[in-house]
Amino acid sequence: MTVSTEVRNRTAGGIGESPVRPDGTFKVTGQFAYSSDLWMDGMLWGATLRSPHPRARITSIDVGPALKLAGVSAVLTHDDVPGEKVYGLEIADQPVLAFDEVRYQGEPVVIVAADHPETARRAAALVVVDYEVVEPVTDPREAVGHPDWKPVHDEPGERTAMSRDRAPVHPHGNIVRHQRIRFGDPDAVTADVVVQGDYEVGMQDQAFLGPESGLAVPADDGGVDLYVATQWLHVDRRQMSGALALPEEKIRLTLAGVGGAFGAREDLSMQVHACMLALRTGRPVKMVYSREESFFGHVHRHPALMRYEHGADRDGRLVYVRAHILLDGGAYTSSTPAVVGNASTLGVGPYDVPNVGMDCWGVYTNNPPCGAMRGFGAVQAAFGYESQMDKLAAAVGLSPVEIRTLNAVSEGSILPTGQRIDSPAPVAELMHRLDAMPLPGSVDQDIRLLPGGVSNTTHGEGVRRGVGYAVGIKNVGFSEGFDDYSTARVRIELVGDEPSVLVHTAAVEVGQGLVTVQAQIARSELGVERVTVAAADTQVGSGGSTSASRQTYVTGGAVRAGCAAVRSSLFERAAARYGPGEFRLVAGKVESLVDGVVGDIASLLLDGPVEHTVQWRHRPTQPLDEATGRGNAHVQWAFCAHRAVVDVDVELGLIRVVELACVQDVGKAMNPDAVLGQIHGGSAQGLGLAVMEEVQVVDGKLRNPSFTDYLMPTIMDMPPMRVEVLELADPHSPYGLRGVGEPPTISSTPAIVAAVRAASGVDLKRVPIRPEHLVAAALCH
Amino acid sequence: MEFFRPTSLAEACQLKSEHPDAVPLCGGTDVMVDINFDRRRPDALLDLTGVRELYEWSRYDSHVRVGAAVPYTTIIKELSADAPGLAIASRTVGSPQIRNRGSVGGNLGSASPAGDALPPLLAVDAVVETVSATNRRRIPIHEFFLGPKRNALQPDELIAAVHAPVAGGPQQFAKVGTRNAMVIAVCSFSLALHPDTGRVGTGIGSAAPTPLAATQAEDFLSAELADRWTGPAELPDDVVRRFGELVAGAASPIDDVRGTADYRRHALAILARRTLTWTWAEHIRRAQ
Repeated sequence: MTVSTEVRNRTAGGIGESPVRPDGTFKVTGQFAYSSDLWMDGMLWGATLRSPHPRARITSIDVGPALKLAGVSAVLTHDDVPGEKVYGLEIADQPVLAFDEVRYQGEPVVIVAADHPETARRAAALVVVDYEVVEPVTDPREAVGHPDWKPVHDEPGERTAMSRDRAPVHPHGNIVRHQRIRFGDPDAVTADVVVQGDYEVGMQDQAFLGPESGLAVPADDGGVDLYVATQWLHVDRRQMSGALALPEEKIRLTLAGVGGAFGAREDLSMQVHACMLALRTGRPVKMVYSREESFFGHVHRHPALMRYEHGADRDGRLVYVRAHILLDGGAYTSSTPAVVGNASTLGVGPYDVPNVGMDCWGVYTNNPPCGAMRGFGAVQAAFGYESQMDKLAAAVGLSPVEIRTLNAVSEGSILPTGQRIDSPAPVAELMHRLDAMPLPGSVDQDIRLLPGGVSNTTHGEGVRRGVGYAVGIKNVGFSEGFDDYSTARVRIELVGDEPSVLVHTAAVEVGQGLVTVQAQIARSELGVERVTVAAADTQVGSGGSTSASRQTYVTGGAVRAGCAAVRSSLFERAAARYGPGEFRLVAGKVESLVDGVVGDIASLLLDGPVEHTVQWRHRPTQPLDEATGRGNAHVQWAFCAHRAVVDVDVELGLIRVVELACVQDVGKAMNPDAVLGQIHGGSAQGLGLAVMEEVQVVDGKLRNPSFTDYLMPTIMDMPPMRVEVLELADPHSPYGLRGVGEPPTISSTPAIVAAVRAASGVDLKRVPIRPEHLVAAALCH
Repeated sequence: MEFFRPTSLAEACQLKSEHPDAVPLCGGTDVMVDINFDRRRPDALLDLTGVRELYEWSRYDSHVRVGAAVPYTTIIKELSADAPGLAIASRTVGSPQIRNRGSVGGNLGSASPAGDALPPLLAVDAVVETVSATNRRRIPIHEFFLGPKRNALQPDELIAAVHAPVAGGPQQFAKVGTRNAMVIAVCSFSLALHPDTGRVGTGIGSAAPTPLAATQAEDFLSAELADRWTGPAELPDDVVRRFGELVAGAASPIDDVRGTADYRRHALAILARRTLTWTWAEHIRRAQ
């Protein structure tokens, strides 16, 4: 063995590289332990009895027959909830177990623990619940007393008053949040060119592959340990503490393997239930939802009804936007207030608009609760405003690229909230780059690559090609004054004479690669290649939510700050050992900026380990003014644009997306492979919303709670992508990075719809597009 | 729940006669889904995966006999020439994993109107061979489907095989789904030209309580083709169009989560026109 004396100027596996993710091999070879794989000797299995009705009063619950079944250890109702009977992310209004009334189909009513999962399910089915069925409120327009969905210029105050009269889903009325944006003079202004449109977004599901699951283990101190797949350990614990009437320190959460999240794990599912059963029986209790149950066990994407009016001058320059956005939040609050915040503040898109009048409502109905899903608020609005931009382009004789570049925001633009964009906003550049990309070849010869795919519906008959463009805007991180922070504990020590770093946070890896990027940051900051990322748990402070594209920014920022603290301590030791000076740590060496390499990092650790725990916050934001929407509400914006090329069988109404091209500014590509992965995955999820993904709800009941009929794109549906990644640093963020995960989901949907419109000539107003929409003209004779 | 795993057809028949409620299980792509969703809870399962003879196919007297358990993957690989309609339909079934497990016997047993293999069997007048401890029957496919998910099997009977004539002319199958792979039919259509007998056969899927043949459309087209089989030329548009209308008219679809009745009729007319155009073009090519 030879010892290299060459001094490397970089530490391998640091930021900007794409090291192999530690969980990657296990996941692709089937060895990774997901939360549904948890096992403990002597454990019981939990099951949940859910309401079959969207709305009903509970007149009685008889658990007797279930308790008599052999193997059953506990059957619990709302009477057994030790503490607060309701919980929630922002507003506690969702019952742990239903009492008095059920407000959506699938609401948990009774939980059971038994020695076998089948026994638990059988026992749950034996519970007798008497319901007095009440007519559900299922139309969000009706919920706010506005069945006609009157035009944009309506006086919005009227709605609030009317909503009081309509049988409320909740005692305080059916409006969760009404956010107004008033910018310029939206009421008086007129324009030469006016385009209007009504748009609708169906209910998408996150459809993660790993169902809700976890294992609760009662502890000797009267507390409980919970191993669970979630998105934010500490906010789970806060809600559990209230429901279980236990101090937070007696509830210890450890992250189990997460099989996808996309927002669906932000709300509690089985966490409190499993702990109640474990604490009652004194035995470990595992709960795993079935695929069907999972559709009832988590929130969905808010369906939206939108009405837009865009006014422009004859050149196509925007003069005003007026819009109403109605978001159906379903039975409980969940994240609806934040979804309203995003939809309203981002509702005109990444465009300079001098006059904006926007009203956005989130409402209660007896439909399934809706909450967080990738890009929330921004996804719905983008379908509306991008459809409008295409309409406006046609009205003034511009191309889709021209209308967007003409009106694009840029650094320094003032948004309708009055907030100034104070970092690069390369919207026009995204469009120009998309426009410059070559288009794919003509209609494919392989019939499997035509609309209908392997189902052999066309050999070219009826197939038309179309191209569409869209661009989107998303806020990164928690907005509107939320104290958004993360905590990192960083320790460096000798392990077998080698310097080794341990990074410990509570930030959740959901498959996006956070574990990898935390290690990359530590390597770059501390010049040490051996970095271990500890399992996320509540033994360290909150990492905040894995949502809002925020973890690389916020927990990444915390890890960097933790490393900086450790580095300062090491420099003190270096100064003591090598004399005063300025140092840096690279590839295991300590370098003096004057003298070059002066020693090994290992030698600084002979005195023992160094450890620091830091909390790190992004710059503060402000709440929005309720009446005008003014406020510096957002931390950062991210921009992404798509060009979609589609083939449409215009006779059958079938679609194949031929190519998706994407340009996104990520500020700094911390891990280029992971960035591409997010762009591909986000684009696919947007494709799903465009052409197939919808939870169909009729009279408050789900009609397709399975993967048989809730369709997601397969590899035959998701085309190859051309991707360009821009790295225009944001001066306010760690390394200049921008959140990556959500933006590609936002623009891919409207780009695909635009392409389908171009191919078919059909004025599509709703996603997902169904064949019936495309051939509607042929059907009504 | 009892679980039987016979290793011969005779043993399977014996078990079925002793336990007529036992649900035959082979690929499991329908039965296991039903059990997982708690839609049915059979007292006994009869696992047929140990019965080798069900996995064999053979050719005799210009017919093929396809064992009930022959997976779709094998049909695609080995029967594309003899049973092209069935092979094309097999390619549209589920995912590669499902095609490795699923079989025609399962489609017949489930008797779902959405069974992808069923329209091409109707189009070629296939015959279902059933077997019991005491009897062997041959049931014409047109008499096999009695209602939604109901077939002509007796409680003690198993499906042994399906018989189809070796293709004497072009055959096609097309299915509409809202995804480009791995999708249950919104509606489907199969067409077989039989130049040797001067007839055509059809099969419609997912557009009525059972899979069914469009007999009026068959009669119309057979008559139109009577003088055209030899020295064939392109078909007049009005013939193609009328055939499509008659196929659509034969269906009695419903509105459901996968599509509307109106759309299904509309799509069937198009599938009928297109498959006729494709098969007739192929007939012209062969005649040249």
